[in-house]
Amino acid sequence: MLKRYAGPVLFHATATAIAVMVLIPFFWMVSTSLKSKGALTAVPIQWIPEEISFEGYRKVFEVFPFARTILNSAVVAVMTTIVRLAAATMAAYAFAKIRFRGREALFALILATMMIPQQATFIPLFLVMKELDLVNTFTGVIAPSIFNAFAIFMLRQHMRTINDAYIDAAVMDGAGHRIIFIRLMVPLSAPILATLAVIAFMDAWNDYLWPLVMLTEPEKMTLPLALSKLSGQYATDYNTLMAGSLISIVPIVIVFLAAQKHFKAGLQVGGLKG
Amino acid sequence: MPHGRRQFGRFAAFWFLLPCLTGLFLFSIIPVLYAFWISFTDWDGLKPIDPQAGVPAFVGLDNYASILASEEFWRVLRNTLFFIAMYIPLILAASISAAMLLNRPYRGVAVYRMLFYIPVLTSWVAGALIFKSILSPEYGGVNDILKLFGIRGPGWLYDTDWAMPGIVFASIWKDMGFFALIFLGGLQGIDPDYYEAAKIDGAGAWHRFRHITLPLLSPITFFVIVICLIFSFQLFPQVMIMTDGGPYGATQVMVERIYRYAFSYFKMGYASAFSFILFAIIFVFTWLQLKLQKKWVHYDA
Repeated sequence: MLKRYAGPVLFHATATAIAVMVLIPFFWMVSTSLKSKGALTAVPIQWIPEEISFEGYRKVFEVFPFARTILNSAVVAVMTTIVRLAAATMAAYAFAKIRFRGREALFALILATMMIPQQATFIPLFLVMKELDLVNTFTGVIAPSIFNAFAIFMLRQHMRTINDAYIDAAVMDGAGHRIIFIRLMVPLSAPILATLAVIAFMDAWNDYLWPLVMLTEPEKMTLPLALSKLSGQYATDYNTLMAGSLISIVPIVIVFLAAQKHFKAGLQVGGLKG
Repeated sequence: MPHGRRQFGRFAAFWFLLPCLTGLFLFSIIPVLYAFWISFTDWDGLKPIDPQAGVPAFVGLDNYASILASEEFWRVLRNTLFFIAMYIPLILAASISAAMLLNRPYRGVAVYRMLFYIPVLTSWVAGALIFKSILSPEYGGVNDILKLFGIRGPGWLYDTDWAMPGIVFASIWKDMGFFALIFLGGLQGIDPDYYEAAKIDGAGAWHRFRHITLPLLSPITFFVIVICLIFSFQLFPQVMIMTDGGPYGATQVMVERIYRYAFSYFKMGYASAFSFILFAIIFVFTWLQLKLQKKWVHYDA
């Protein structure tokens, strides 16, 4: 009798312990964001603020164009997702379904660029953007996502599994590549596109290094940049910083939860049918 | 008909590839070549480039030589190795344990999987700010919890010995869910018959873990270690936000130095050379791992 319950009890005890460790920092963030400035340095520490204060939330919008920042992040994340997926889907179609000379060599070159880390190329990329006069513009932040080797690779792997009979039938009906691409390949790639869209949105929403290099005007900053700027100016106002952090985390968790079902299906499609 | 299709519309490939190839050349190949040239000059990143007037001046391998001769470079490398020495064993232990839990057939597993994944969704800037706050020596939650166990917590980010462990701590929290899902995929690929056979032979839980799980997980472990090494050399937001490289340079790392040299000290040539050294290091690690892989990885046929 006792043995029957030992397994589940041990499982839930261990899993809950890990979950608590993972969640304590988030609990700390919420609790700190609701403290008044005085309560931040109160000893003993108030894990639950004795008095709930919205001072931090008010201040984050007062001392910084924070509402504008949220909008900037949304624009950059949505545009990055569209640009990255549109260009990658088109390229993947060419690599998967059109025969042309040098196809495999070109694809190998694209895969090789995955070995180059962003951290080693942000300086030259910045120099190019400077030549193109795109520093301090959203275009400059978004543009590099037009080339994403990972997205091209995943989509091409998926498209190769799509039966050529569909395409042959469409050709018989007189369809050209444009029609086949839009009417056939894009809808058939929907699950993997959903996965890649979530990844692209998260990348862009959370990215720090590239926007840091490109955007220097507060009105143009994205959320991570605004938070780092605030932490430089108001280093000890943790209620303000935690309020801002909370605001930056909530949308991405919602996007992920909403997309999770597609996300998993898409990952399996991309991962297994290599 | 299939033969006919092969010939059909080959030139369309060009139009389909145009956006991506423009990006490849403009944002990947040209910048790398451009920076390679800059790394042999003394350019400050500000003066207009005018080769006729000798701006920027060509300095040959000077940038590379002075980086490799600087005490700073080796300190930064030591800091990174210190990070790796703590981060890799801890992240492997944490994420394999979490994956083994998530692989159990109990109800509620999906909820735990989601909870473990939330830090991965969080931006590094927000995560780093949370840890900067919770690691505060006097007013932070971590030292308050340690006090419950009678431990006097260290000064964390204000202490030269404890700042890097603090960053490791935050990184484990942030990355565990990501690697746990990768390991979970590996565990789900192991044939349950192995465990059944081992049980019949009387192998205990530790034996099964040591002689079935670990060997069959080794391709994934290899993959994770490579990614971790690459992650470690790319360390940046946590350092910028949590310590700004301090105290006394104890947490300075390569990307942070590159950023500083380019945009604070205006030594673009020096920073570019630093970028290529970083690139070379990451490349060597990837290559080395690919070589070693053959010796100790078991692939399940």
